[in-house]
Amino acid sequence: MQEPVQGSAAQQVATRVVDARGSFCPGPLMELIKAIKSEPVGAVVEVWSSDQGSRKDIPEWVQRAGHELLYIQQEAGYWRIAVRKAR
Amino acid sequence: MVNVVVLGGGTGGTAVANQLARHLGPELRRGRVRLVLLSDDPYHTYQPGFLATALGKAPLGRFRRPLRSLLLPGVELQVDPARLVDTRARVVEGESGRRYPFDYLVLATGAHPFLEDVPGLAEAGHTFYTPAGARRLQQALASFAGGRIVLTVGIPHKCPVAPLEMALLLDDELRRRDLRERTELVYTYPIQRLHVLPEVSRWAEEEFARRGILSQTFFNLERVEVAGRVAVSLEGMELPFDLLIHVPAHRGAGVVRDSGLADREGFVPADRFSLEVVGQQGIYVVGDASNLPVSKAGSTAHYQAEVVAANLAALVRHETPAARYDGKVFCFIEAGQAASFVEFGYLRPPSPAPASPALAAMKAAYGELYWLTARGLL
Repeated sequence: MQEPVQGSAAQQVATRVVDARGSFCPGPLMELIKAIKSEPVGAVVEVWSSDQGSRKDIPEWVQRAGHELLYIQQEAGYWRIAVRKAR
Repeated sequence: MVNVVVLGGGTGGTAVANQLARHLGPELRRGRVRLVLLSDDPYHTYQPGFLATALGKAPLGRFRRPLRSLLLPGVELQVDPARLVDTRARVVEGESGRRYPFDYLVLATGAHPFLEDVPGLAEAGHTFYTPAGARRLQQALASFAGGRIVLTVGIPHKCPVAPLEMALLLDDELRRRDLRERTELVYTYPIQRLHVLPEVSRWAEEEFARRGILSQTFFNLERVEVAGRVAVSLEGMELPFDLLIHVPAHRGAGVVRDSGLADREGFVPADRFSLEVVGQQGIYVVGDASNLPVSKAGSTAHYQAEVVAANLAALVRHETPAARYDGKVFCFIEAGQAASFVEFGYLRPPSPAPASPALAAMKAAYGELYWLTARGLL
């Protein structure tokens, strides 16, 4: 699992934001997978999650699927997690 | 005259039209409001019934009723597939060439199975998410004599407990037919557990262990090798099968995609509380058609219909719309002799009820009570 990267530079490359706050089902990871599927290779999807479990779940899937975790940034009551589609 | 058009005759569209007819009875009778329900199908279908059909438990006809029979008198039904929503002219164009002007529009155009996104699936896989698919799977299961059944799940899909229900009910059915010992049943799921809700997943783990159902997590079906009969995931896992049952990914309806109202996956962006379409005043979305991060389920559509109908009625009367959708979802979870249910909202985490035979009876009864929901009575 990659370490979270702090800073606004990485944040600016997000090409799509998925607001999955308050989503128990389908949940932030499924929302991310849905978005990644339809984005072109190289696109950066930033998912917003209020579920603390996303900090573990999302990086685990990203690694298995061969994509790239860019950063996990904590905000007030939620996390912004960015993933670059790599394949 | 105020023109209100509801686009779609599924659970959300039917419920919102009927609830509007209740709210606006006097206005409709005086001719101050015209309420049109525009549908591409003269029939309304209770889609959870497809699972029962696929398992040979009930014919499809049991889950279909004429749409007109479900609508209150104030609702004008037009069976005419919508071709385009012209948001500038504020008119919906039908394939017939007729035009339906609107002051307020409710999009209830649903989510539709899309099997073509997985190469090989149409040739070698089965689904129970369409009427034709359910019938075809029923035939395949009727002649199934043992082997390996693999269940795969696409994203996004509607009825999020249906994959688990299929695994559990299929296990029951195979035991009833004395085929279970000759069958390996493999359930796969796209993320790291058996269901997205951790509590439901833990319950499923116990059920699977008790029944000997195998599972593979982190499995997103990418392609099917038709000749070799192998399901391949984008995570690199290969699962040979004798019978492949896939819960297809869904996408939004053609009319919202063609009208520039949808995101890349074909779903309509909306305010999560008011359900007004982003950037479109007076246009709302209910049910599976939206891109909100809530379950695509009949109950979602029903609760959203209540909000939109109340707010539209207020707007027609020049009052302030005050209803807000709180993310409420309710789902029964059927597991043969017993059933459970789960309910949650944006700020309310889910807590599944203990499974019981009484809930199974209630779920069975709901199959009939559903028609009261569609009429806006329940």
